[in-house]
Amino acid sequence: MSYLFTTSDEQQQMLGRIGVDSLATLLDQIPTQLQLDRPLRMPPALTELELERHLRELASRNVGAASRVCFMGGGAYDHYIPSVVDEVTGRGEFYTAYTPYQAEASQGTLQAFFEFQSLIAELSGLDIANASLYDGGSGVAEAVLMAMRCTGRTGRVVVAGSVNPEAVQSVTTYLADQPTEVLVLPTRHGKVGVAELESYIDETTACIVIQHPNFFGELEDVEQIAAVAHQQGALLIHSFDPISVGLLKRPGELGADIAVAEGQALGVPLQFGGPYLGILACKKELVRKMPGRLIGQTVDRNGQRCFFLNLQAREQHIRRAGAMSNICTNQGLLALRATVYLSLLGPQGLKEVAELSCRKAHYAADRLKQIEGCELLFTGPFFKEFVLKYEHGADSAIRKAAAAGVDIGPMLSRFPNLNWLPQEVRDQCLLVAVTESRTKDEIDRLVTALA
Amino acid sequence: MRNRQATQLLSELSHAGRRGAELPPSDVPEWPLEDLLPSEAMAAAPPRLPELAEPDVVRHFVNLSTLNMSVDTHFYPLGSCTMKYNPKRHERLSRLPGIVDVHPHQTAGNIQGLLELLYEMQEMLAEISGLPAVSLQPAAGAHGELTALFVAAAYFRDKGESRTKVIFPASAHGTNPASAAMAGFDCVELKGRSDGFVDIEELKQHLDDKTAVFMVTNPNTLGLFEREIAEIAKVVHDVGGLVYIDGANMNAIMGITRPGDFGGDMMHYNVHKTFTGPHGAGGPGSGPICVRDFLADYLPAPIVRQRDTGSDEKRFELATPSKTIGRVRSFFGNVGILVRGYCYLRTLGAAGVREAAEQAILNANYLKALLADVLPSAHGEHCLHEFVASADGLAKERGITAMDIAKRLLDYGFHPPTVYFPLVVPHAMMFEPTETESKATLDAFSDAIHKIVTEDADLLHTAPHSTPVSRPEEVNATRKPVLTWAACNKE
Amino acid sequence: MTAENLKYTKTHEWVAVEGDTATIGISEFAVHLLSDLTYADLPVVGKKITQGQPFGEVESVKAVSDLYAPVSGEVIARNDTLPDHLELLTKDPFGAGWMIKVRVADATELSKLLDHAAYQAHCETEKH
Repeated sequence: MSYLFTTSDEQQQMLGRIGVDSLATLLDQIPTQLQLDRPLRMPPALTELELERHLRELASRNVGAASRVCFMGGGAYDHYIPSVVDEVTGRGEFYTAYTPYQAEASQGTLQAFFEFQSLIAELSGLDIANASLYDGGSGVAEAVLMAMRCTGRTGRVVVAGSVNPEAVQSVTTYLADQPTEVLVLPTRHGKVGVAELESYIDETTACIVIQHPNFFGELEDVEQIAAVAHQQGALLIHSFDPISVGLLKRPGELGADIAVAEGQALGVPLQFGGPYLGILACKKELVRKMPGRLIGQTVDRNGQRCFFLNLQAREQHIRRAGAMSNICTNQGLLALRATVYLSLLGPQGLKEVAELSCRKAHYAADRLKQIEGCELLFTGPFFKEFVLKYEHGADSAIRKAAAAGVDIGPMLSRFPNLNWLPQEVRDQCLLVAVTESRTKDEIDRLVTALA
Repeated sequence: MRNRQATQLLSELSHAGRRGAELPPSDVPEWPLEDLLPSEAMAAAPPRLPELAEPDVVRHFVNLSTLNMSVDTHFYPLGSCTMKYNPKRHERLSRLPGIVDVHPHQTAGNIQGLLELLYEMQEMLAEISGLPAVSLQPAAGAHGELTALFVAAAYFRDKGESRTKVIFPASAHGTNPASAAMAGFDCVELKGRSDGFVDIEELKQHLDDKTAVFMVTNPNTLGLFEREIAEIAKVVHDVGGLVYIDGANMNAIMGITRPGDFGGDMMHYNVHKTFTGPHGAGGPGSGPICVRDFLADYLPAPIVRQRDTGSDEKRFELATPSKTIGRVRSFFGNVGILVRGYCYLRTLGAAGVREAAEQAILNANYLKALLADVLPSAHGEHCLHEFVASADGLAKERGITAMDIAKRLLDYGFHPPTVYFPLVVPHAMMFEPTETESKATLDAFSDAIHKIVTEDADLLHTAPHSTPVSRPEEVNATRKPVLTWAACNKE
Repeated sequence: MTAENLKYTKTHEWVAVEGDTATIGISEFAVHLLSDLTYADLPVVGKKITQGQPFGEVESVKAVSDLYAPVSGEVIARNDTLPDHLELLTKDPFGAGWMIKVRVADATELSKLLDHAAYQAHCETEKH
């Protein structure tokens, strides 16, 4: 089954028109000695019925959030996804279209992405957002490169240790062959020490990267950090949780120059880590240094409002080696999901999701810390996630919870670059995240499992 | 039929007090929020999102969808993009519980089925490429290029060699130089031969002990197989450089010839193209890379390994290669797209994979033959999966541009080909029909082109005439970009 | 200022020197060639530029072109009206469409530039 049409008589007609007598003649372009002289070694072909049976068998050997109680966090969350999101984005006109280079054939996509940009600008409190990047982690790396272009500084980049360690690792990988020094500021008390931060930055520093609420769920002193950055002429990159701004001040209000986010929480399923949604927004004076696609409004030949791919001269297909990034996709379908999700929620819905997540997380933290052998690693204010320290070891906590049908984690020991925390602390600690999807009963079940 | 009311901007459809989602009341103690969060961190009000009822939202987006052309609705011969049919079974199967709802930090013991799938995917990609070590992490083809260049840089650093140059032909996708620059390399562009192939003598002039990587798309962006690829690879290897195969055009050669067998050391796939992702209106993609064994230790982490259990029981684990470059994104990779690619390969099997490539070649050559009298191709008697024709003659004789033809095709119900790429062909029109189109569709498309080239030039300059919009104004809109609805209101 | 008494580069920048101050712009030919410019990125005052090296860039919808310095020196003024009024490049490329003023570091560099006649001849070859 290869989804083909052509019958053998049609094939003969086509070959005749081409002027060759066999398909093999067309393959003569490939030198014979380079052609594979055997069939590929692959498992046998399956019909749809067999394939579905096979996939169901594979799926049955995985633990999914739907059949369990998911308190897992660390950058991906079990927020509720309304059914409209799947229905609308499941339309073939969206998901089987390509990049909207031909504006006339792509107004649906273009308008939806323009709306996405508008919604993200509003969520971030900044002027401009692009049509999305690969994901939150690579988004942080792209934002760092952008800050280097904006400031013309390549000496140093300062990243808070409380930023998602996988994003930090993406930054260090992206900059491995640049002369730029990547300094990671340990955050032993759960958040950035502003005085200590000042000693890390100098006049060659392009940016400070923070996450708020941070990887440990804690809140950062963003305004003070922004002041430190700006005093030295560096930019502040703020990685944020798009759900949190239902309750918390937005990056733009706190002094961020560039905001980035993992947008998975906005209607994107967990699906083992991807595809997710990279969000990037900035002040308008930085727009020409932005990576990724931008949709603009214009008018057509008849004066009618329409949308098109604007500012393409920044991109790789025109600027090639001088492009703002090599990226030539966006996460179109996920940006669409986020647009539908935010349209459904509206301001009140977003506030309620944020508030419910926050309240339930605090209830869970309060109950858990009363258990003997359990405590919170950090004591500052947090949003929907916190670090639980379990004296019998994080893996034992995960096993006990799992036995009760509840999933928590990840363990901090999973992240090699959190090595500024003592090994024994990492071995005992794990993240617990609570979304609006969880109930009091489910929280109590977790508490009972660990007690 | 276009519903103009429903396709206003969401901000214009908004009506204070409407809502499209309701949430259950809180069932935990109602502690005052002020006790939970510091007041200085709290927003005065939530963001000003539009306020809509659920039916508003559905009607808006469904109507927007009807303004698109798509593979499900139209022939979409966009060159270099492989717009093939996207099987519906993939959508159902990638949404199965146990796949769609798996948390990325779930421990390996709890996801053996998924790891088995991903491991098999690694194995199949290795087999199709002829390169044994695979990373599924990159999120798209360009991301794969970048990742592979990081791998190359780490490899040379480890060997104590300072290699600064990446070389590529002028016909390369823009992503090649952009990726090379991002990875910190200097770019060297080759002019190439007049027949569209790499000029080995020109390449040799740039090869030295500073050469890190030669990047080449094969078949190239003209749809032609670099016949001297083995010799090209040899001269690059002779100076200690690596050969990178841009796998954008794998749909032409899968099952017929393998990058690892014709001299490639590294490559990426575009799962959303070759293995029918789908394209998702511009993404998400998935860009796994395959490399030779001596580069395996540098791949980003994690990769899936099969553990030796000493019994028949299969056990899989997530492993970190010993000299890993680190990672290029959060989490494992674009698993949702990889699952679809897996379903595709399991449906086709070895024979089906080769058959798909052969049929893609047949369709491209058939369309090339049909169009030869009006849109000749400067390069090659035959092509592989795509071909580049030139509207240069029409431009000179009748003042009709490639863009005019492209726009007019929309009126005939066809998505246009890629135009003005590659840059090495004047008035380039790049057609990639793919294997999942019938002879009847190709005939109808050719008929449309033949009609268009006889039409009045003015009619073409102002085309399209039947689409929801026509020829957006770009110059003023680029000078003063309006990128959000908040900015529209300011204008 | 008239086109005739300016000096030119092969990359289509013009320069007018008065005392040690050089005014720099791009020629009418270049403006026509680039067509529909959408953006000009000019260096800040105080920046040092080097003859033959890029000092800024101009964009159209589908292309980007570097601007090359006709002389070396320090930027002492920038035409801040220009980026928002790119039509000035079409209307008055040798006057109101000027880009930057530079304090000339080495006047001998001027001898490497083309005079108007030589530049015209150069443009003729580029047309073909």
